[in-house]
Amino acid sequence: MKNFANLIKALDSSNKTSVKVDALTEYFRHASDEDKVWTIAILSHRRPPRPVNTTLLRLWANELANIPLWLFEESYHIVGDLAETIALVIPVTREHSDKPLTEYMREMISLKKKSDEEKRAYLHENWLALNFYERLVFTKLITGSFRIGVSQKLMTRALSKAVEVDEDLIAHKLMGEWNPDTVSFQELILEEKSSDFLSKPYPFYLAYAIEGNVSDLGNAQDWSIEHKWDGIRSQSIIRDGHLFIWSRGEELVTDKYPEFHSFAGIIPDGTVIDGEILPFIDGQIGTFNDLQTRIGRKTVSASILKSNPCIIKAYDLLEWQGEDIRTKPYQERRKLLEDLFSDIPHGAIPLHLSERITLNSWEEVSSERDRARELHSEGLMIKRNDSPYQVGRKKGDWWKWKIEPLVIDAVLTYAMRGHGRRSNLFTDYTFALWQDKPDGERELVTFAKAYSGLTDAEFRKVDNWIQKNTLERFGPVRSVTPELVFEIGFEGISLSKRHKSGVATRFPRILRWRHDKKIGEANSIDDLKALIC
Amino acid sequence: MSPTKKPLLCFNDRGIFCEVANVYLDPWRPVENAIITHGHSDHSRWGHKNYITHRQNVPIIKHRLGNINVAGVEWGETFSVNGVTFSLFPAGHIVGSSQVKVEYKGEVWVFTGDYKTQDDGISTPYEVVKCHTFITECTFGLPAFNWLPQDEVFEDVNNWWAENRAEKKTSVIFGYTLGKAQNIIRHLDTSIGKIYTHGAVENMTQVVRQLVDLPPTELITRDTRKEDLLGNVVVAPPSAHGSVWLRKMAPFVTATASGWMAFRGARARRAIDKGFVLSDHCDWYGLLDSIKATGCEKVIATHGYSDIFSRYLREELGYDARTAKTQYEGESAEMGTSHEGDEASEKELENANEISVDDNVKLEKSIRTLLT
Repeated sequence: MKNFANLIKALDSSNKTSVKVDALTEYFRHASDEDKVWTIAILSHRRPPRPVNTTLLRLWANELANIPLWLFEESYHIVGDLAETIALVIPVTREHSDKPLTEYMREMISLKKKSDEEKRAYLHENWLALNFYERLVFTKLITGSFRIGVSQKLMTRALSKAVEVDEDLIAHKLMGEWNPDTVSFQELILEEKSSDFLSKPYPFYLAYAIEGNVSDLGNAQDWSIEHKWDGIRSQSIIRDGHLFIWSRGEELVTDKYPEFHSFAGIIPDGTVIDGEILPFIDGQIGTFNDLQTRIGRKTVSASILKSNPCIIKAYDLLEWQGEDIRTKPYQERRKLLEDLFSDIPHGAIPLHLSERITLNSWEEVSSERDRARELHSEGLMIKRNDSPYQVGRKKGDWWKWKIEPLVIDAVLTYAMRGHGRRSNLFTDYTFALWQDKPDGERELVTFAKAYSGLTDAEFRKVDNWIQKNTLERFGPVRSVTPELVFEIGFEGISLSKRHKSGVATRFPRILRWRHDKKIGEANSIDDLKALIC
Repeated sequence: MSPTKKPLLCFNDRGIFCEVANVYLDPWRPVENAIITHGHSDHSRWGHKNYITHRQNVPIIKHRLGNINVAGVEWGETFSVNGVTFSLFPAGHIVGSSQVKVEYKGEVWVFTGDYKTQDDGISTPYEVVKCHTFITECTFGLPAFNWLPQDEVFEDVNNWWAENRAEKKTSVIFGYTLGKAQNIIRHLDTSIGKIYTHGAVENMTQVVRQLVDLPPTELITRDTRKEDLLGNVVVAPPSAHGSVWLRKMAPFVTATASGWMAFRGARARRAIDKGFVLSDHCDWYGLLDSIKATGCEKVIATHGYSDIFSRYLREELGYDARTAKTQYEGESAEMGTSHEGDEASEKELENANEISVDDNVKLEKSIRTLLT
C-alpha cells in the first residue's frame, strides 16, 4: 500500500502530464505483477463492488473522529471528497503499511460478505494504522470512486513504456471485461490469445474540435463529411454467433437494447461496427432527451421499447470477415460498410447507415452544417478519406465541427461547492430565467445547471461574491441574491415534463459573465422556448 | 445608558469597540485609539490616530504603515483608560503578535487576533489567558484540520529541497511575506544550500532580523544569475507564482506552505508542485484546547468557519457561543479560498518605509501619556 499511496501522492502532486507519466512508469517498473494488474484495474475504473455503504463509512469514521454527524457533513461539503474528509478528520499518524495493494484488494473483496461488526473493526484498525495518503487511498478503494486526474490514456502510455509493449495494443487488451482478481499480468498484457478477444471491442477513435478555419484543412475533396449524431457512441460486435454492444464508456450494454439482438444472424460473424445509438421515434431521430429514458434502465419493458425505440447509425467498419481492418483507409472501410448494408434486406434490423457526404467546397460543407440542428445532429464530422481508424483522441485525420451553441442570458440563483480541484470553492451554479405569473408580476424559474466555462480567476471572484450574498443554506446548496447575469450556451433544447421550466437543455455551460447586464435584462422562459425548432 | 449593561466589547462597523475606554481592537476603519494585535494588513490598517501594540510589532507596522503614531508595550504590561485595563499576551501567530486582555470591574475579555498554540520557534509562544469571554478566530475551525508537529513538516521541506538540489533544480517556496516567510527561513537547513529571497520577503525579513536571529538570505536582483540559484531555495510571496520574475528561474519546482494545503484541491487549483501543511493558525484541537484552557463561559467566533465552529461549541460543548461579523480576512461565514488568510497583506508590503528608532521612542511616550 505504501508504494501505491506514494504513486497516488506523486500523481496528485503535479499538474504536469510528463511528471505523471514518469511517476506511473517508475511505479509499473517496480511493482509486483499482481499489484500492476490491480493498479491498472483501479485506474481504468474496474473496482470490486463497494463492501461498505457510505452511510456506515461516515458513521464509523465519525466514531474515530469523535465529532457529531452534522459536523462531519459540513466538513464534507467543504472538503468536497468523502474519502479525503474521512482521511482528514481521523486523528493523524505517520504510520505506514507495507502490505501489498493486492492483499488490501482481496481483503476488501472478502469484506463484502462479513458482518457489520467485522467491517467496522476492519476499517477502524486500518484507518488508525495508515498515514494520510494511505488512509485516503484505502478509503477511496472502499468507496469505489477513484478520480485522481489520470486518464486511462496516460496510464496506458506509462504501462507501454514500462513493459515495452505497443501503446495501442495495450489499449486494446485493456478494453472490455476482465477480472483483476483472476487474470494474471502475463495473460492481461503480455500474452497473445485470440480466445480472449471474443467480446473485446477496439479502442474508439475520438476527434478533436476543429481549430481555426475549416478551409485550412486543404482541399475539400480529400475529406468526407458525416453528421455528428447526438446519442451514445457504440461498437457492435458480431463474432461466433454472439452479439456484444459496448458503449464508449466501455460498458457492455447489449442487454439494455433488445432491439439490436436481431443483428446476430443477419450481420455475418467477424464484423465490428462503430456507430451511434439514437432514439428513433415515428421514423425520426429524436433528441438526446428522448434517449434519457433508456440510459440507465437495465430491463426494458415492452411499452418503453415501443414508445422509445432506438437505432444504431453506423459510422465505420472496424472488423470484417474476422479481420482487423482499422489500418485500411477510411473510404475503403466505408465501401465495405456500404456493401454490407446492400446485403441486408431493407428495414430488417434497426441499423442505419450514417450518410457519408462528399462535397466539392468548404462553402457547401458549411451549408450542410447549417442543417444540423434541424436534423438533430450536433454538427459535422470531417474525416480524411485515407485516414486509418486510430486509437483514442488524436489530431489530424478526424475533426468535429459542431454548430454554434444556442445562447441565453440567465440569472445565478443557487450555488454549490465543487469537487476535486474545485473543492471548497462555489463553482456549481444553477441559473434561472424570467417567467410571467398570473398576477402580471415576473418570477425567476430555474432552468439549468452549469459547472464550466469560467476561468479560475472568475470562479474565485464569483465564489467570493457568493459568500457575501448568501440568502439561505440548504445543506451544501446556497441560494444567492439574484444579481449576477451570465450568458449560458447549450447544444440542444427540447420540451420536458421533468423540468420545472418545462424545457430541457443539452450540455449547458457558461459562456461569459455579463457584467454589463442587470437581472431585469436577463431572458425569459418564453425566449428559451422560442429556440426550440 | 449605563455602560455596565452593555457588553464590555461590541462589534460595530469600525471594529471591536470598547465604549467605556473609547478604544478599538484591530479596527478596519479609521478610529482614534487602536490596539493592534499583529502586523498583517487585515488587522493593522492605515489611518488611525493612535496605535498601541507590542514593542516587537512596532517596527513591523511602521514598515508597513509608515510614520504612524504608535506606542509599544511589553507582554503583561497593563495600561488603563477610564477604568478599563488593557494588557497584551503572546499569541504565537507571528513575531510580535498578541492577544488583548480587557478587564473592567472584575470582568475579563480576551481577543485573540490570530493565534496558534504550537511553538514555531520564532514567535513568542502562545500563552493561555484566563477570561470570561473569549473572542477567537477560527480560520481553520473544522475537524478536517489537524496539523502535524512543525518539526516534521520542516523535515519534509528540507528533504524536498535536498531532492530538488540533487536534480539540479531551484526550489521555490511560497509563504506570505510577514511571518510565514521568516518561519521558513529560520527552519531551512542551510547545510543544503543558500537561501535567496524575493524583494518583498527580503524587505520584511530585514525588519524581523532586528527582533530574532535568522540565517543569511540573499536578495534576488537583476544581477543574480540563473546558475547561482540552481539547487538553492527561493522564498517568495504567493503572488509571485506564475509571474515573469519566477519564469526566469527555470528549471524550478514550486511549493506552498499553508494550512490550506491540507486540502488536495487547494494545491491542484493553484498548480503548485508541492503543498506543505504549515499554518500560523490553530488547528481544530488547537482551538478547542485553548478555549477550554481559558476557562471562559462565552465564546465569540470571528473570521473563519465561524458558524460551524460556534454551533459545535454550543451544541456539543455547552458554551454560550456565537459568531460575530468582522472584516478580517475571510470574514464571510466560511472562509473561501479567495482570501488565503494573510496573503492579501503582500500587496501592501511592496513599498517599504524607513523607520527611525528615535521617532519611535518619542511617540510611544506621547501615546502612553495620552492613555493613562
